[in-house]
Formats: sequence, C-alpha cells, structure tokens
Amino acid sequence: MSKQDIKRHQYDKEISQHGGNGSGSVLENLSQAQRVTVPDVKTTFKEHHKDSEPQVVVKNLNFFYGKHQALHENNLEICRNTVMAVIGPSGCGKSTHIRVYNRIYELYREQRAEGEVWIDGENILSANCNLIQLRKKVGMIFQKPTPFPMSIYENVAYGLRLHYKLTKNELYQKVQRALEDAALWEEVEGKLDRPAMGLSGGQQQRLCIARAIAVEPEILLMDEPTSAIDPIATGKIEDLVESLKKKYTIVIVTHNMQQAARIADYTAFFYQGYIVEVGPTKQLFQNPREKQTEDYITGRFG
Amino acid sequence: MKLWNSRSSLNGSDFVFRLLSAVCALLVIALIVAVFLQLAESSMLAFRQFGFSFLLSQKWNPVTGNFGAASSIYGTLITTLIAMLIAVPLSLVIALFLAELTHPVVSKVVGTCIELLAAIPSIIYGMWGLFVFAPFMSVYIQPWLQAAFPYLPIFKGPKMGIGVLSAGIILAIMILPFITCVIRDVFKMVPAVVKESGYGMGSTTWEVTHKITVRYGLTSIVGACFLGLGRALGETMAVTFVIGNSHRITPSLFNAGSSIASTLANEFAEAADPLHLSSLIALGFVLFIVTFVVQVAARLWLRQMQKSFGGGL
Repeated sequence: MSKQDIKRHQYDKEISQHGGNGSGSVLENLSQAQRVTVPDVKTTFKEHHKDSEPQVVVKNLNFFYGKHQALHENNLEICRNTVMAVIGPSGCGKSTHIRVYNRIYELYREQRAEGEVWIDGENILSANCNLIQLRKKVGMIFQKPTPFPMSIYENVAYGLRLHYKLTKNELYQKVQRALEDAALWEEVEGKLDRPAMGLSGGQQQRLCIARAIAVEPEILLMDEPTSAIDPIATGKIEDLVESLKKKYTIVIVTHNMQQAARIADYTAFFYQGYIVEVGPTKQLFQNPREKQTEDYITGRFG
Repeated sequence: MKLWNSRSSLNGSDFVFRLLSAVCALLVIALIVAVFLQLAESSMLAFRQFGFSFLLSQKWNPVTGNFGAASSIYGTLITTLIAMLIAVPLSLVIALFLAELTHPVVSKVVGTCIELLAAIPSIIYGMWGLFVFAPFMSVYIQPWLQAAFPYLPIFKGPKMGIGVLSAGIILAIMILPFITCVIRDVFKMVPAVVKESGYGMGSTTWEVTHKITVRYGLTSIVGACFLGLGRALGETMAVTFVIGNSHRITPSLFNAGSSIASTLANEFAEAADPLHLSSLIALGFVLFIVTFVVQVAARLWLRQMQKSFGGGL
C-alpha cells in the first residue's frame, strides 16, 4: 500500500465518522472474513439478481494501448438502476474499463478494444453503432470537474441543445429539472448567467452531473468523481448517487473503498487488467472469495 | 506604487539584483516614451502647417509641398483588414486540422513548414509578390473576380496584378503562420478531459471545437489575432513591393494605393524638404498611435471577455 493510499484511508475514516452510514464496521468485519474459492464470477453474480435482466453485458473484453494490453478477458454484467462500484489499485484498468462503455477511448488513435459490450441489446463495439446516440445514452463524469467555458445555464443546456429541439421555455424547465436533480438548483438559482468556472469544485462537479443527466441518459459513468473535491462536497455527491440510481444505472470508479461500501449495490474488484471478483458490495467486503480481493480491501496489498 | 515587495531583511546582492531587473523593466517604458516624444517633436512642423486636415486630406504631393495622410492611413487599414479577413479563418481551420484531425506525424511536418513560413524575410515575400504573385493575380484571379462579381465596385478597374488586394493577400500569407501556430498551441493546451466531456455529451468534432475548444482558448486566440494585426499594420517591405504606391483613395481594390509604412520606405531617402520629412515622421507618428490604440483596445477587450466568460487559458 502506497503512502497515498494510506492517506486516503485516514481521510475516508474521517468522512465516515461525519455522516457515513456506519461503514467503518465493514473493515472491522473483514478480519473474520472467510475465504471461499468460487472462481466463476458470472454465475455467482447472477444468483443475486435472477429477477432482472442485466442492462450492460461485457463479454471477453480486451483492451490495448498500442501494444500494451490493459484489460484481459473482462466479463461483467450490470443491472438496471443499480450502482456498480469498480475498485482496485492504480493502473489496474478500472478507468480503462468504463471508458469503453461510451467509446470515449476512440479519441486516441492508439487505443483499441476487442470483445463485446452489450448495452440494452446492442453491441456498442460494433462498427455500425451510432456514437452520438451512444454517448447521449451513456453519460460520463470525470475525475476533475470539467465545466465548459460558458454560463452555468449554458453548461446544462449544452447537451439539450445538441440532442433536442426545444422552445426557450422547455429548455429552461429541463435545465432547472437537471439542476434540481443534481442538488445544485438552490445554490445557483439566482446566478444562472454567471460563468460556470466561478463555482467551487464541488459545485462544478455537481454541475457536470446536471449537464450529464439533462439529456436523460440511461447509464452514468463516474470516473473517480470525488477524488478532486473536499469531504463535504463528496458527501453531497454520494447522497446524489443514492438518489440518482432510481433513474439511472451508475458505474462508479473509486479508489475509496469506504465510498464503494457506502454507495454501491455491487462491487467489482480489478487487478492488473483482470476482473478478479464481482458481487454484492456487502458480500465482497465482508466475505471476499478471492485472496487478492481480501488482501486489497484489508490493505495488505503490494 | 512600490516597484517590488519590500522585505525587511534584504542582503546586498539581492538588493542589487532587484535594482538591476527593475531598471531593465523601466527601460522599456522609457524607450516607448522617448520614441513617442521624438516622433511628436519631429512631426510638429507638419501638424502646425496642415493642422487637423493632415489626417483628412488625401493630397500627397512633394512637388507642391502639400501633404495629407488620409490615403496612406486608408491603405494601411484596408490592407490590414483584407489580411485579417483571409488569415484568421484560414489559421483557425489549419490549426484545427493540425491539432485535432490529422495524424501526429503529419501535424509535426506541416506545423514545421508553417513555422518556416514565418522565418522568411519580408523582402522575399515582396519580391515573390511582385514577380510571381502579381502576374498570377492579373492573369487568373482578377479576371475571375471581375467575372464572378461584375457589379461590385471593389473589383473594378485595371487588372494589373499589383494593388491593394494583392498587398492584403501577401500580408495574409505573412501573418498566417504566426496566428496558426498560436491557435494550434492553444487547441493543444485545452485539457484533454474537457474535450472528452464534450465528446462524452455526444458532440461531433466540429461541435466540440467551436463550442468548447475555441471558447476555452478564446482570449489567447484573440490575443494572437491582435499580434498578427499589429504586424500587418506595420509591415513595410512586402507591401511596398506590391501595393503600387499611389496616393489615392479609390473604391476598387485592384487599384494601386499606399500604406503608411510603404510611403515611408519609398520617400524617406529622398525627402530633402523639411516639411516633407516632417510629414513623413507625422505619418510614422500616426502609425505609432494606431498600433498603440489597437493593442490597448485589445487588452481591455480581452480583460472584459475574461471577466464575463471565465475562459480557461
């Protein structure tokens, strides 16, 4: 475990003491964790939600940065209206994995994905997938807030203007709705025409969430959305994730295991490009099947 | 206003270094003031003789001793305007291609070539303009323009090749490398994650570029354009070669004209009469003021933009 990770750990504890929902116990319970060896990730995962069809199905996904292979044979299923946390040490391929879901990696010509990713029955890696429609359907939030250089209002209206033809009034209502859903409306109500870059980091991140949900996507990808903002803002965004999952399927990459434990229904543990284990969050943290998972979540890593 | 942040304990060498750097910085201001004063003093004779009409009269006749700056000012402004109209959109498109669309190797090669364009001395541009470009204009471009826009007065007149339009185009070629390089660098400096979030919203490359990337770097881009503008205003040799050097204001861009800088280059050596010399210096003074005002206005505008926009770079 690196120094940085240790710092994060302490920082996490602080957060959980203020408002986290008693997740400090997760790590305590780990000492009694029993190790069961059940390697077939997929079947075990299915057992827990037989009732619903998965919305995202990843089959044999391999990913390459030039000649370097970053993901090996990833298989994963994600159900509608659940939160999937993706954890693992730095460089294990977490971000790389979710960046396949909206094919944002294609901006870089040396990056390449092989395999299948089915979203709502469509293989998005196939050549005839409409990227614009895909990215409307799969929104993304990044590690650093990325407000566009325009007013708060225009930021949220950005995607709406791209994808819909709306009257001024409809546009305003959708913007307001998105800002309300992102729990930002009250803070920006009177200053919608101010530059978005003047907001605080946490507000900017919620603005980005508002911008993403304004176009009514079905899946939200969050790539370490709270790692660049302070604990209080982090708490707000976690609450937000909790409420957003009623409408959206959320995949959240996090370095913060407490965070995963607090907000995710399911958790996938990545290591060196492989998905080592995936399961209901509680089970994965309290009763990991794999030795590597246990080592990572108990901080006995590397 | 203090020249430097004072700290109570400054040892000797620190103090000397600060003093030296302060002196160097102040020297720049002193130089500008000195140039201004010198120009003002030397052009006094012309201004006293002709008064305010120096700026409005387009008569420039060294034989009769009648001097008015209007035609030169007009020539300077119109050639600069043509140059900017051509160079700015072209630079944007080239920079976009280099930064976003093409393979890095192509970008590198083309980028280097464009930087080399900036290194060509302006006299070469002037000679190329006179011997190669002007004949090309008169044979191909000007007849075509006249045929395509028969009613436009700006394309009437003799198809000689040299003239205001040709000078403007040469200027455009000269300021294009500079503007292109700066805009390309600005495009590259926009954080990848900002562009990614643009694409992540389902935007096309064009939408990301003109709604996000350009806005993000808008202040730098406008700054680059104004530096190009400054260069176009003062460019001398290339313009002198192709503009035709006639002191008239005519509606047609095909006609010969003159710019302030070209007039100075042409006549300075043979200006024996003190009034002629003083009028030339007065022209220089006008150019100095115009350039200065443009730059100051640009600064103010940029600051205003930064405030209302909160742009990134």
